[in-house]
Amino acid sequence: MAADLVVDDFNINSEVDVEAIEASARRARLQGARRLLRYTALKVVALIFTVAVGVYITVIVANMGGEVDKIRLAAIRESVVLAATADPSFRELSAEQRADLINTQVELEARRYGLDQPFLQRSFTYLRDAMLLDLGFAQGLISDSGSRLVRNIILERLPSTLVLFGTAQLLLFFWALFLGLRLSRRYGSFSDKLVLALAPTSSAPGWFYGLFLILIFASVLQFLPFGGMVSAPPPDNRLDYALSLGRHMILPVAAWLMGAIFLTSYNWRTFFLIYSSEDYVEMAKAKGLPDRMIERRYILRPTLPNIVTSFSLLVITLWSGAIIHETVFNWPGIGRLYFQAIAAFDTPVIVGNVVLYAYLLAITVFLLDFIYALVDPRVRVGEGSRN
Amino acid sequence: MSALALRWQQLRRYPSAVVGLIVIAMLVIVSIATPLVLPYSEAIRLWRGGDQEWRTNPRNAAPAWQNLFTETDQAATIVFDSAEGDGEQVAEQLSADTREVRYIYEFEFPYDTFPPELILFTSATYASKQPFVELLWYTPDGREIRSGEFTPTYTASFRFDQDNRLQRRLERETGIENVRASQGLFDDPTQEGLQVLKGTYRLEVVGLLFEPQADLEATFVSYGQVHGWAGTDHLRRDLSVALLWGTPLAMAFGLLAALGTTITTMSIAAIGVWFGGWVDGVIQRLTEVNAIIPLLPILIMVGTLYSRSLWVMLGLVIALSIFGLTIKNYRAIFLQVKELPYIDAARAYGASNMRIIFRYLVPRILPLLIPQIVTLVPFFVFLEAALALLGLGDPVLPTWGKLINDANSEGALFYGYYYWILQPSALLMLAGLAFAMVGFALDRVFNPKLREI
Repeated sequence: MAADLVVDDFNINSEVDVEAIEASARRARLQGARRLLRYTALKVVALIFTVAVGVYITVIVANMGGEVDKIRLAAIRESVVLAATADPSFRELSAEQRADLINTQVELEARRYGLDQPFLQRSFTYLRDAMLLDLGFAQGLISDSGSRLVRNIILERLPSTLVLFGTAQLLLFFWALFLGLRLSRRYGSFSDKLVLALAPTSSAPGWFYGLFLILIFASVLQFLPFGGMVSAPPPDNRLDYALSLGRHMILPVAAWLMGAIFLTSYNWRTFFLIYSSEDYVEMAKAKGLPDRMIERRYILRPTLPNIVTSFSLLVITLWSGAIIHETVFNWPGIGRLYFQAIAAFDTPVIVGNVVLYAYLLAITVFLLDFIYALVDPRVRVGEGSRN
Repeated sequence: MSALALRWQQLRRYPSAVVGLIVIAMLVIVSIATPLVLPYSEAIRLWRGGDQEWRTNPRNAAPAWQNLFTETDQAATIVFDSAEGDGEQVAEQLSADTREVRYIYEFEFPYDTFPPELILFTSATYASKQPFVELLWYTPDGREIRSGEFTPTYTASFRFDQDNRLQRRLERETGIENVRASQGLFDDPTQEGLQVLKGTYRLEVVGLLFEPQADLEATFVSYGQVHGWAGTDHLRRDLSVALLWGTPLAMAFGLLAALGTTITTMSIAAIGVWFGGWVDGVIQRLTEVNAIIPLLPILIMVGTLYSRSLWVMLGLVIALSIFGLTIKNYRAIFLQVKELPYIDAARAYGASNMRIIFRYLVPRILPLLIPQIVTLVPFFVFLEAALALLGLGDPVLPTWGKLINDANSEGALFYGYYYWILQPSALLMLAGLAFAMVGFALDRVFNPKLREI
């Protein structure tokens, strides 16, 4: 009886235990999920706030603190006066009537563009619209398809930038990874020393090498184009188009690589070397594991966070780089669009570009946290501060 | 001091650092010497001088050193200015009012190519009667060619290539149709086609003055295909002005920007760490906002909308990087330093906050800053060039970047004026590499952890 009781007791106890464990596990998971949610929400709010402040500053600078309004008002007045003097029925009116009419016309136009409101108030309208990606109409620029919508203008240019820099960045990533691994394996060899010696050349940006590449391959040897994206007129069939695009991409991609490849692979090689001198790598070697496996499991894996950070910094600098790179190579992308928009005082396009960039950057920063957690099991999203 | 000496010892072991230091030293010497030889205002005046300032220079001439690498010797510029007393001057009183002045310009022409242009500039003083000028050309083989007559106004220029009568005369002389005067005058008629007759040429400028007070000065220029040690651009400007002045400007911009950004960023990080709490929070958030605002686009915006002055850009670069991302690195270091006992000691004896920050915290990480500053210099040197290439270079100052921009917009690569792009690029590259190499070595000296690998 007693034994039964004990067994019973034990059974009950064990049942309770399992339940308790399950419950606590569930609670922990729930807590984890809640913490993750809370962290994500906080992070999103912080990022949106950051983007908003950044975009607002851009709005203020791009409008010259309201000065651009005066330029626009003057332009409106000029066009109204021009239209009025060109109208023959206008000549019969007295000077006063004419001035009155012109003034009402200017006022109407100004109200149409929202220029009658004070700039401060409008700056917040701009900010709200920009944050909601309601980018509005461009003032002067028109997309190649004829649209005045900022969204269309930007979307039209985006693919060319993505094609060029996507290719360049992917090549850079894999090449630098490959080169870095190879060099760390042959530490101290001639090629290692060569890359070390060449690393300072990355202090010059890609566009700078672009000038030389254009000089050599386009100007002297004349077998690659000076710039542009496809030959003119664009080829009709898809294969020719792709070939032409490829030919035009060789120089800009090569220039982009030249500006970064040596320093990047040198840095990554250093990461690999630091991690390959860890004890557990020695241990793995002692166990007689094949080199490939050691590399993949024990070296590449722990260096990934470093590599990801380093690469994401490269992606972030891409935006600034794109403006000048696309100008040198006459590439019809987002960077050149931004430059053209500034030259044309086209505030909506400028702001649209910056908003796009700010969002992309914010998303990159946001995703990085999760990528860290993915590649590095020691990092748990939302746990503690990572300062 | 001995610590610094030790570092210097270590640095000297890197050959790349030594080479870099030598190059930097040379650039610094050029930077100091240039303003002494050619003052700031003078350089600006020359670079903005326009046609009058540079009229005796050829357009788009290659640098003279190009002759060392080519088989044919390209023509150099030959200038005779009577106002400077060049050449022989003979004056003869023909009558009470009429006077003849004769300027005899004799020169060697040992080159293989023809000059691209021949121009005679005159400046005359007279009350009402214009003087009359006749040009006589004597070739080495003894021929005399009447190459032009004209009545100059107060200032005039006679372009040999645009005189139709001279062209017809030379067509007969050389037997080549539509020959340019600058070629025909130097052509060897005994040879088939256009071939330079080398030897001593003489140009006589004969001026007839019809008033006792009248006077005439004449400047003859046989433009070269090579000019000076740096060549010229499309506005006849001597590129050496921009190459020389570009050096102090690049150095000043690069060094000041690197110093300014590093020091402000570090101070802000120190202040944030020391005060902690909301100050640190605000600084952290501002850093994140700042990261969203990209540097180059803002610079372009300000350059287009407000001012393109190099010094405004410099201030802006520093201002925008006050809350740069490097704050995070410095913050991590300061957080460790803050916990050290000597800081507690300072606090115990009642040191003020500012004293602790700037006397105890900041000096602690100064050694780490040196490689950082040196490595940053090339970034800013190239940033200035990038801005200039986008057409946002300083409107008055001649910089390397502006040379590249001029060359690019004038199609230098397309037309083959390679020197125009290569010279400033080479200097940019030299400066960038020198600082990068020294920075790399310094990094290893100051961060011993890197040295093993």
